[in-house]
Amino acid sequence: MTLYVYLVAGWLLLVGSLGIVRSRDLVHTVVCLSVAQSGTYVLLIAVGYQRGATAPVFGSTTPPSENVVDPVVQAMTLTDIVVSATVTALLLALVIQIAKRHGTLDPDHLSSLKG
Amino acid sequence: MSRPARLVLFLVAAAGVAALLVVAFLDLPPFGSPFHPYRDRAVAAAVAHATANVVGSVTFDQRGLDTLVEETILLGSVAGAAALLRPSKEERENTTVPEGGRVLEATKLTGYLLLPVTLLVGIDVVVHGHLTPGGGFQGGVLLGTAVHLLYLTGHYRALDRVRPLPVFDSGEALGAAAFAALGIAGIIAAGAFLGNILPFGTFGELLSAGTVPVFNIAVGVEVASGVIVLLAKFLEQALRVQREAVS
Amino acid sequence: MTAAIAVALAMVAITATAVVFTGDPVRQAVTLSVFGLTLSVLFLLLQAPDVALAQIGVGAAVVPLMVMLTLRRIRRHR
Repeated sequence: MTLYVYLVAGWLLLVGSLGIVRSRDLVHTVVCLSVAQSGTYVLLIAVGYQRGATAPVFGSTTPPSENVVDPVVQAMTLTDIVVSATVTALLLALVIQIAKRHGTLDPDHLSSLKG
Repeated sequence: MSRPARLVLFLVAAAGVAALLVVAFLDLPPFGSPFHPYRDRAVAAAVAHATANVVGSVTFDQRGLDTLVEETILLGSVAGAAALLRPSKEERENTTVPEGGRVLEATKLTGYLLLPVTLLVGIDVVVHGHLTPGGGFQGGVLLGTAVHLLYLTGHYRALDRVRPLPVFDSGEALGAAAFAALGIAGIIAAGAFLGNILPFGTFGELLSAGTVPVFNIAVGVEVASGVIVLLAKFLEQALRVQREAVS
Repeated sequence: MTAAIAVALAMVAITATAVVFTGDPVRQAVTLSVFGLTLSVLFLLLQAPDVALAQIGVGAAVVPLMVMLTLRRIRRHR
């Protein structure tokens, strides 16, 4: 189970990168980048999980105890999601500009991206 | 570089990364293990400050500086995206944003019914962020999306009226500024940047957790305004049509 | 519980692969939204409701919406 969970996180990173490399459309590239980044969410949350523990939110039915999953990695994942969303927005705005200026979104036809 | 060559190069590199990842994964603590030293300290610190939602306590009370930087990234990205999506001069002259077309009555009704519900849920998620799952960010996203339910009703003009963009432009900056101001107030009153300056209150009550709910509201205002501005700019770009095509 | 987590993880891996191999970006906006939903279900099962709430708002709604609007804007240039 341990290796399986972490391998899913690694798979998200690698399959997202594969999508970026194969991409024929910059919108597709941006979406694949967000898939690659979601690998880090799964890894962080998986590291903080504890079998049988509850969510790190206390209330009248769940008095404070140490038997909760790790809240620190959850806060990190929240930061990660916010940054991912804003970067995606910025990249999509750039894609719109590229489409206006060059009339194509295929990275292979954009001479400025040729390497 | 040709596409096949690029793919081969990627597969070789990916195999290397995959091998290193597996080596690293084998050394990580087993999934679901009870060994979480950071958890033990974070929970104790959150309970000491009467914060029921430990994630909220970590975000604003214990790692406030990280969150300040994160909100700054948000502010910068929204400003950058808004600048990139600004219509050019010739676009403004040659294109127009049309009034929405015909919309099914059922869709309209759904939009009108869902709008107040979503707004209420959003506010609830922000205000109770230190007690229940949620907080400024999650509630802000809900609020920012909720306003755009009006678009479902087909009244783009109505959307424009309830969504005066300059107000939300400043709302975003004000949220970020309030966060920083709270940090400086912390230096003055508590001796540490982003330190807690309010009484902790009773654990589990609405007025508890010190400054955490105030941070939640500041972030809620910033994120809601940011999402509204972003979606508005994207929507305006998507709806902009050439005059010739319309007439 | 462990079985449910294992299934959710498999769904996440499958939908992520589907997003990457959806060539047409218009359809990709839909698969991306489904991927965002499966991720938030996984986070709920892993006892992370705060993260699940953020993921459902951002990953299943806002980002796919921005992708759709971007596609609508650039379609005229094709």
